[in-house]
Amino acid sequence: MDLILDGIKKAFWLLITFDPEVMGITLLSLQISGTATLVSLLIGISTGTAIALSQFPGKRFIVSLVNTGMGLPPVVVGLFVTIFLWRSGPLGFLGILYTPTAMILAQTVIATPIVMGISLAAIQHLPPKLRLQILALGATRLQMVWILIKEAKLPLLAGVMAGFGGVISEVGASIMVGGNIKGYSRVLTTATVMETSRGNFDIAIALGIILLLLAYFINLILTQIQQRERSR
Amino acid sequence: MNQSITILEAENLKVKRGGATLLNIPSLSIEKGEILALIGPNGAGKTTFLQTLSYLLTPFQGEIFFKGKKVETHISVLEYRRKLAMVFQDPLLFDTTVFNNVASGLKIRGMKRKEIADRVMEQLERFGISHLSRRSAKTLSGGEAQRASLARAFVLQPEILLLDEPFSSLDPPTRDSLIEDLEHILQQTRTTALFATHDRLEALRLSDRIAVMNAGRILQIGSPGEVMNQPINEFVALFVGVETILTGKVVKKDGGTFFTLVGGQEIEVVGSAHLGEAMVLCIRPENVTLSTRPSREGSSARNVFPGRIEKIVSLGLYQKVQLNCGFPLVAYVTNPSLEELSLAEGKEVTASFKATAVTAIKKGES
Repeated sequence: MDLILDGIKKAFWLLITFDPEVMGITLLSLQISGTATLVSLLIGISTGTAIALSQFPGKRFIVSLVNTGMGLPPVVVGLFVTIFLWRSGPLGFLGILYTPTAMILAQTVIATPIVMGISLAAIQHLPPKLRLQILALGATRLQMVWILIKEAKLPLLAGVMAGFGGVISEVGASIMVGGNIKGYSRVLTTATVMETSRGNFDIAIALGIILLLLAYFINLILTQIQQRERSR
Repeated sequence: MNQSITILEAENLKVKRGGATLLNIPSLSIEKGEILALIGPNGAGKTTFLQTLSYLLTPFQGEIFFKGKKVETHISVLEYRRKLAMVFQDPLLFDTTVFNNVASGLKIRGMKRKEIADRVMEQLERFGISHLSRRSAKTLSGGEAQRASLARAFVLQPEILLLDEPFSSLDPPTRDSLIEDLEHILQQTRTTALFATHDRLEALRLSDRIAVMNAGRILQIGSPGEVMNQPINEFVALFVGVETILTGKVVKKDGGTFFTLVGGQEIEVVGSAHLGEAMVLCIRPENVTLSTRPSREGSSARNVFPGRIEKIVSLGLYQKVQLNCGFPLVAYVTNPSLEELSLAEGKEVTASFKATAVTAIKKGES
């Protein structure tokens, strides 16, 4: 028990005094996962919407591919990104393995199907005649798509939150392609793994608390969205 | 004297999906300022027609001309669509305030904020919903939402307004109130309007012309009086509310009229026919009068038949009386008259209707 209590006490101390190493790791996590989420937002919402609004042979197959992608195991993503970025691999010439850029890449691959899948569902859930009504108001195709996205903004936001939640808390791909280098590619999750294995429970607990807080806030936003949707 | 301008023309409009022809309209032209009602049962093609006319349902065969210009060739689809406005059965409002909803079409056209504000407020007042301007569209009642949808269409000052069963999902009092307001506003603005409905009373009330549709075609088009009182075939007759449809053979001719034998009785009809010809006779229930006096003294009605009341059904403001005169006959009687004449099931009465009140369709005419 002393181990735990001692660890918790020291963790709070680190947090309250804004220990530079802990803060640095947190900031890096937010930057990397934030960037990955932003890219996945752009790719995911646009592709998800495009698929939802078009008719083409094999659409059902593509949709099930996207849904499968939502459940892609992060370690598998880490594996494939590592192979691609390996010095002798197809993208080895970029030389970005074990850098934050590689981590952003891997996390984007993880988050994009999530955002895409939720966007697709969100757009498909809009009333079917809404598209016609918007066109009847004199909108161009582009204006129509924009208005539909605005109409679905709450579920789309939920998709983005889900994407962010997925990558901020993942560890497999981040360790594999990032290398957990101090001050460079060491993020909340990868640092927690390392400190725990070394027995530095104070830092590990502090990082764990931050991750829990982030998870809580993401959940808070998602719940707010859910409640707003329900109150219609 | 108003010059009538043709604002819209459709030629050889055909919509085929999966081997079935959903729409087949050889020709239709609509005049500026006219209100045309499309009536017909579900699946008649009314929605298909409206959506095809506004280029919302493509592809289709045929041509559409707006003020003489062929759409797609001499006027772009977008430009043409921006001259129209469409209101659906569902209000289909956006998740924002009523003001923003009504302004949406104007924003799409890139109008400036100040001008938008003026035009939107004008329409909100016209439809009696200016007090709802700042409210979220999701909190409106059915009637309020449909008013907002109409305001959103009218604010665009459309050259043609298309309405697809706009009142179908409203309860009767809301519907009546909205129809009254719409009637007023259409008269005021003299907007050309095309609306689809399966409620023939709505059509009667609002329209200058009625087109009866079924299976993708227009069966009859004409003034409400023509369509209601002179249906060209049985389907139209049934649909526009002719309650008595009888079949018989022509047995006698007189100058200007002929007699058809139905159920042992001879019904006199204005018109000409050949002896022995098979006829379908349509008699509107409003044109049948009941009397408790046995003869037709002092009445100009040519068709007077004794009969027995089989059934009386209340339709609210009046009663539907089903009689057996040797042939089935339906009459509408007002509540006071029902009382005064002490009409009841089983009573023997005299039914009469004029020879001019009978529409004769030669059997076999499609």
